Amino acid sequence: MSWIDIGHIDDVPLRGARMVKTPVGCIAVFRTAPEEIFAASNSCPHKGGPLSEGIVHGQKVTCPLHNWVFDLNTGQAQGADEGQIDVYPVRLDGGRILLDGASVGLRRAS
Amino acid sequence: MTQKLVIIGAGMASGRVIEHLLDADPAAFDITLFNAEPRGNYNRIMLSPVLSGEKTYEDIVTHSDDWYAENGVTCRFGEHVVKIDRDRKVVVGQQGEVAYDKLIIATGSAPFVIPVQGRDLPGVITYRDLDDTNAMIEASEKGGKAVVIGGGLLGLEAAAGLQMRGMEVTVLHLTAHLMDRQLDEAAGYMLRRDLERRGITVMTRASTAAILGSDRVEGVMLEDSTGLQADLVVMAVGIRPETRLATDAGIEVARGIEVDARMRSSDADIYAVGECVEFDGQLFGLVAPLYDQAKVLAADLLGQDAAFVPKELSTKLKVTGCDLFSAGDFAEAEGREDIVFRDPARGVYKRLVLEGGRLVGAVMYGDTADSNWFFGLIRDGADVQDMRETLIFGPAYQGGGASDPLSAVAALPPEAEICGCNGVCKGAIVEAINGGATDLGAIRAVTKASASCGTCTGLVEQVLAVTLGDDFVLPTATPVCGCTDLTHEDVRRLIKSQELKSQPAVWQELGWKTPNGCHVCRPAINYYLLAEWPLEYADDPQSRFINERKHANIQKDGTYSVVPRMFGGMTTPAELRAIADAAEKYNVPTVHVTGGQRIDLLGVRGEDLPAIWADLNAAGMVSGHAYSKGLRTVKTCVGKDHCRFGTQDSTGLGIKLEKALWGSWTPHKVKLAVSGCPRNCAEATCKDIGVVCVDSGYQIGVAGAAGMDVKETERLADVATEQEVMDLTMAFMQLYRENAKYLDRPYKWVAKVGLDWVKEQVVEDEANRKALIERFLISQSVYQKDPWAELAQPKAAAAFSPIANLMQEAAE
Repeated sequence: MSWIDIGHIDDVPLRGARMVKTPVGCIAVFRTAPEEIFAASNSCPHKGGPLSEGIVHGQKVTCPLHNWVFDLNTGQAQGADEGQIDVYPVRLDGGRILLDGASVGLRRAS
Repeated sequence: MTQKLVIIGAGMASGRVIEHLLDADPAAFDITLFNAEPRGNYNRIMLSPVLSGEKTYEDIVTHSDDWYAENGVTCRFGEHVVKIDRDRKVVVGQQGEVAYDKLIIATGSAPFVIPVQGRDLPGVITYRDLDDTNAMIEASEKGGKAVVIGGGLLGLEAAAGLQMRGMEVTVLHLTAHLMDRQLDEAAGYMLRRDLERRGITVMTRASTAAILGSDRVEGVMLEDSTGLQADLVVMAVGIRPETRLATDAGIEVARGIEVDARMRSSDADIYAVGECVEFDGQLFGLVAPLYDQAKVLAADLLGQDAAFVPKELSTKLKVTGCDLFSAGDFAEAEGREDIVFRDPARGVYKRLVLEGGRLVGAVMYGDTADSNWFFGLIRDGADVQDMRETLIFGPAYQGGGASDPLSAVAALPPEAEICGCNGVCKGAIVEAINGGATDLGAIRAVTKASASCGTCTGLVEQVLAVTLGDDFVLPTATPVCGCTDLTHEDVRRLIKSQELKSQPAVWQELGWKTPNGCHVCRPAINYYLLAEWPLEYADDPQSRFINERKHANIQKDGTYSVVPRMFGGMTTPAELRAIADAAEKYNVPTVHVTGGQRIDLLGVRGEDLPAIWADLNAAGMVSGHAYSKGLRTVKTCVGKDHCRFGTQDSTGLGIKLEKALWGSWTPHKVKLAVSGCPRNCAEATCKDIGVVCVDSGYQIGVAGAAGMDVKETERLADVATEQEVMDLTMAFMQLYRENAKYLDRPYKWVAKVGLDWVKEQVVEDEANRKALIERFLISQSVYQKDPWAELAQPKAAAAFSPIANLMQEAAE
């Protein structure tokens, strides 16, 4: 793992998300609880809806365009919908959000 | 050979070390014990019961003077240690030196004092030891007001103790819920509710700016300029390891004194134990790990092998009547699942967190009888997969049934209002049922409950079900979503009758099955709360659909549309010029004139929204709310000023209506129109509210539609003056806001409740009309503000850009 500091936890609203631009595309960083964070592809496999703008509930997000729901642990679409979004390793160190650079196409952490 | 052991600090950890040493070999060490407090070891965790008066100091003494004497411990109590001289291996006290072979630093922790003006005033107390406790007891004897800064374990125990001693107590807490390190939001809410029931005022998100007073403390000033009177201020915002002696002696100190697993510091003859140490990056504040450390330290001194391993911890609050428990890790990692149990009738909340088939965390409130069992499962890392289905019911209830969907209604007290229209409480309905009214029709006939607007029908049926048991078959009603068994109407009525004023309150009291709802129920609950409690509840943007959160309509390619408001469909050359400039500046690809008589800029990039809003604001324009479940437009024709058929000033009235109504949130969007004559050029007869001007005055129609359904308005009233139009419109809006199901347009809602009932409420009952208008204006005092102006501020605007851009790093 090569952890990259992308910002402070308080820059992400509780039960909200922020976007990160990376070489593998836009990634959404979700804050599901005061100190619980997930990272996943920002793009819904259905019609490309921006998942960082969806409603965050439990450890899930609902796409703002057509209400597809994804589990942020696995990236699996829930219910009758079939699809999958990529999820990325992310963790908290103190208040800092650390994203794994290697898995988002960066060779080294800086 | 007897070694000389010196211990600095007579607390619970060092006390336990001494006990272990004496048990193993009373002759091994010649012990000298320093303590800055003029007394020996007592059970510090029990200071709170001393403060509240439930125990005395004598009850909590662990080691008496006689005990020390009998065991040959030389006591240097009330004496501060000045320094540790490692070269000469002596400890220098105020009264002289003592040589050591081995030294234990057990200086504990010091309370953290927030660096605000006035922190040194008499009457400002921290909460750490017996002297602090006695100072609080003394201060409370005079009565008056106490402010406790810090809503953690210690702060709340202090608050409860002072309240029991007759003071009027306010607790200030920096974050959104109490004990946020140990509890989740739901349990934090329940704790707050119980404390408030005891008469303690709780203020969350309260940041202390200054402590006020000249000779002694007189009050506390918050960051938001709220002033609180205070005769006593207790600071309980946290602790930090007391490491000064160690630092001065050149021992390695990080946040605490760094020790290895044998509790040795960087000097092999100097140990440290308790709250002053740091092990593997961790600090320790609860007693269980301190006792583990003491055991290891004693073993190492006696030449035995031992290593300290931090274990899972659990917390209980020692406030009588507030039964809570938390253990393990209940928030912070991926791959976890929640099991939530709520029983509103008993005021119980339990949440278990599972990871990989094992229990890793638990939070409980109201019923902690099984907490030790759960804690054991966490500590042992036991495999719980086989009992997962019934795990939450505890050890005695394996194989138990599911929770009862009727429990929320069963928990209501008899005086809880069920039918708001006719003022019928639960007790009256139960009485009617016991008197033989065993179906809905009979209840309506006897009590009038659910006989008017009918939105409480579901609740009345549930009261029937709860009272009659198996004799009543509950008709199936559609619940809001999978998170609850209650219908929209039930939820609304319960929010009102139970005075639920926050999302956690709704989740708990109504027995929600998920931690914080879903995309279906949360926007509805957010709306119901803000409509019912405009002054108490704060709108939650994270519970809104993207368009309402971003105050712009998302398009299918991820860009947005921006529509500035044009009151009554009127604009000016200056406004048009500003719109044209903005369209060019931000490369807006499409400019469209909408059916609501205004201009839509389509294809604006998300990052540009704050800037384009700022430009439009500068030209005097505000958001048109073209994206909201709220007031959209008031369409007008030009009226008698220009049109030869016009009978009244339809544009003027349209502008007045839009100025009164804009900014209000409603269950679904609301569109109005005012036509100047029955030719109806503004198409007022298919609007949610439509006014048609005639010679004699104004015809007000409501509940029209021109969307998926097309429907002509129904006549609410004919009136003579503009003021009556304004009054009836505002009253109708408020009635709709207070009663309709989320996402029902007015025509759907009126079809359910009947136009006659609406007329009764809005037109015929003048007092009720006035009350509706008054409540509408209260809500407008909060919500009639331009969201664009707020979001264009630099801090809010930053959230519209990515939090980080890693493309540059990739390019390097």
